[in-house]
Amino acid sequence: MKAAVSQRDWGFMTEAIARDDTPLDVVALYIFIGVSAFLAVLATAFTQDPLFRFHGYILTAAFVLGFCVLSLRIGSGKLRSDPGRYSDGVIRAGVIATMFWAIAGLCAGALIASQLSWPRIFYFPDLPWLNFGRLRPLHTSAVIFAFGGNALMSTSFYVVQRTCKARLAGGVWPWFVFWGYQLFIVLAATGYLAGITQSREYAEPEWYIDIWLTVVWVAYLLVFLGTIWKRKEPHIYVANWFYLAFIVTIAILHLINNAAVPIGLLETKSYSAFAGVQDALVQWWYGHNAVGFFLTAGFLGMMYYFVPKRVNRPVYSYRLSIVHFWSLIFIYIWAGPHHLHYTALPQWTQTLGMTFSIMLWMPSWGGMINGLMTLSGAWDKLRTDPVVRMMVVAIAFYGMATFEGPLMSIRAVNALSHYTDWTIGHVHSGALGWVGFISFGAVYCMVPWLWKKDRLYSDKLVEWHFWIATTGIVLYIAAMWVSGIMEGLMWREYTPQGYLANSFVETVSAKHVENVIRTVGGLMYLSGALIMVYNLWRTTRLPSVARTPERLVPPPGAALLAAE
Amino acid sequence: MWKHHAKFERHSLVLLIGIILVVSIGGLVEISPLFYLESTIEKVDGIRPYTPLEQAGRDIYVREGCYGCHSQMIRPLRDEVERYGHYSLAAESMYDHPFQWGSKRTGPDLARVGGKYSDGWHRDHLTDPRSVVPESNMPPYRFLAETDLDYRNIEQRLAALKTVGVPYTKAEIANARADLEGQVDPFAGEKSGLKTRYGAKVAQRDFDGDPQKLSEMDALIAYLQVLGTMVDFRTYKAEDPENLR
Repeated sequence: MKAAVSQRDWGFMTEAIARDDTPLDVVALYIFIGVSAFLAVLATAFTQDPLFRFHGYILTAAFVLGFCVLSLRIGSGKLRSDPGRYSDGVIRAGVIATMFWAIAGLCAGALIASQLSWPRIFYFPDLPWLNFGRLRPLHTSAVIFAFGGNALMSTSFYVVQRTCKARLAGGVWPWFVFWGYQLFIVLAATGYLAGITQSREYAEPEWYIDIWLTVVWVAYLLVFLGTIWKRKEPHIYVANWFYLAFIVTIAILHLINNAAVPIGLLETKSYSAFAGVQDALVQWWYGHNAVGFFLTAGFLGMMYYFVPKRVNRPVYSYRLSIVHFWSLIFIYIWAGPHHLHYTALPQWTQTLGMTFSIMLWMPSWGGMINGLMTLSGAWDKLRTDPVVRMMVVAIAFYGMATFEGPLMSIRAVNALSHYTDWTIGHVHSGALGWVGFISFGAVYCMVPWLWKKDRLYSDKLVEWHFWIATTGIVLYIAAMWVSGIMEGLMWREYTPQGYLANSFVETVSAKHVENVIRTVGGLMYLSGALIMVYNLWRTTRLPSVARTPERLVPPPGAALLAAE
Repeated sequence: MWKHHAKFERHSLVLLIGIILVVSIGGLVEISPLFYLESTIEKVDGIRPYTPLEQAGRDIYVREGCYGCHSQMIRPLRDEVERYGHYSLAAESMYDHPFQWGSKRTGPDLARVGGKYSDGWHRDHLTDPRSVVPESNMPPYRFLAETDLDYRNIEQRLAALKTVGVPYTKAEIANARADLEGQVDPFAGEKSGLKTRYGAKVAQRDFDGDPQKLSEMDALIAYLQVLGTMVDFRTYKAEDPENLR
């Protein structure tokens, strides 16, 4: 009897859903968010750990909010997706998030640079959450995962749709990927400030945040792959190889490096599954490939779409893209041990890591050449289009950083450069020059396309952005070269009598001027980004171009739609 | 040859599997041997798991992100060995979950900071670094002395560490709370089993200068003072063939 009733209820519900015409993907998301909200409430209620409760409140608020918004949307029937159109709303949101987190991450960087320059002014003994140790992961995660991650997600969603001529798969789930990822960022960032961290470089979020990211990432992979499966082009375009390698490899790295045992299911704290030497190598296998696959492969995907599109030329060499794709992803994964030269890691591992790091120079420059030479026949655009110039300088910085990297991975060079500011300078020539500029270039391309404008508000402001930011980068990395090599030499300097010449703190005070120059360089880069935000905002306020919306399914009789 | 690549370009699953295979090789060849090659970690006397108080201090070190500026890995280079002491052995971090070797020295290496400075110096330095080192750009940690140490889950912490391979005994886990409180009590002496469980070298005193309070400062200084002190380098033969790797 009871079974019959529940069966009737179930039948009634499915009938209602069918009648409302609510798509299955929406129903699945609705149930998922509902269950998550319930679990979050339980966890918040029962935990003994004040920090876990703090995150429990954030999770509960996020899920309840998501549940309410979904309920309203389902009620008003707004969630039916039009299969004949590209799904661009989530990309517009991604572009906004990209710029928001760029500003946040750069501000955090400027603050911690100021702390190292003027510790008496920028440290607050009563505000432990503003100490360098807690802000530093906030800065690195904000620029790598929040700014870089949003740039990668939004451009990958843009590129995969255009190159596959298919709408994003999964209906409403791309929105889940977007908001789920923002929730991950908020949890990670507030966690660092509160002292919730694993203290593993670039993998600081604790175990439950890692699990949440895994859920979001799997959804991301499925949306991306699902779109490829729906494609109307026989070939998968080269940019998508890179995006796919980035998504899959980051998943593998994330899962293995974050293997940990929490001290309780309702506690924030966990202990890594590995210890000492093994932990160090697992972590730097992860850490270096966060650079290789997050900050390189993903952004190469960006380069392979936006550079040819912007200069209206084909990719320089198809064969080069094949060779450098496979060799890049094969060789990168070996390079981690160069972060552990002269440590207690066995020497054979160090040598292997160094060898592959040097080999890595070639596939990296293969990518650089393929990107630069795509401008063949369109070099004049360097003069006329500041967005192209920005992307070309990004590729140049990529080439420089991927030459400097193999150089620093040589054990004898590393003996000097390791532990110094040189490493910081190297990272920033890659991050500010390559990752930052190629993303800014892609965003400058996408905003007029997405908001249906025929141009940017002001090319002049792009010029300003470009020159201020480039000067900032040069100041930054030059200051770090000087201070890094200086402190490395000072540490190993001996007096004629054979004593160490400098105490440690003398090397700290010797770097003051370079620290200040670095702060100025960072502030200039931040100013450039603020100019960009203003320019983009004004662009979205321009009158829209009256043109027929891009249709995926061409009206009868019409030719196949234009690719863009 | 080039036309065969079309298989990858036309079949997303082939591409996906190709990527997974290609990126797996490096990690398998490089990392997995470290888990079974016995030469990876030397055999050294003196290495023991941290006491509950030291582990609680280590958790504060991890919480505050000290690794951002301080390494715990002395390289076998002349200047480093003279500045910081004997180069770090793999065995010295074999119970460190996670490792804290670090990658940057905005401040000095801490692998052998234990015993180099007095508790009072550490307390003053952590409270206001520029009061003892005027040129320092380290953040102030005054709040550590003002905050009671939260050790309600210290048994759980030790048990989790045991799960990941730290050889804590049942007695050590069961007595974790008493051992933690006993270590800051210089008068606990014989009646606490701390030294029988963790060895006679364990430092048992009030670390933060305030006997009335068991603060986070107590735990952190206890951890800093044990760093690099477990191995007796008068008896360790670095040039022994079995210790060369």
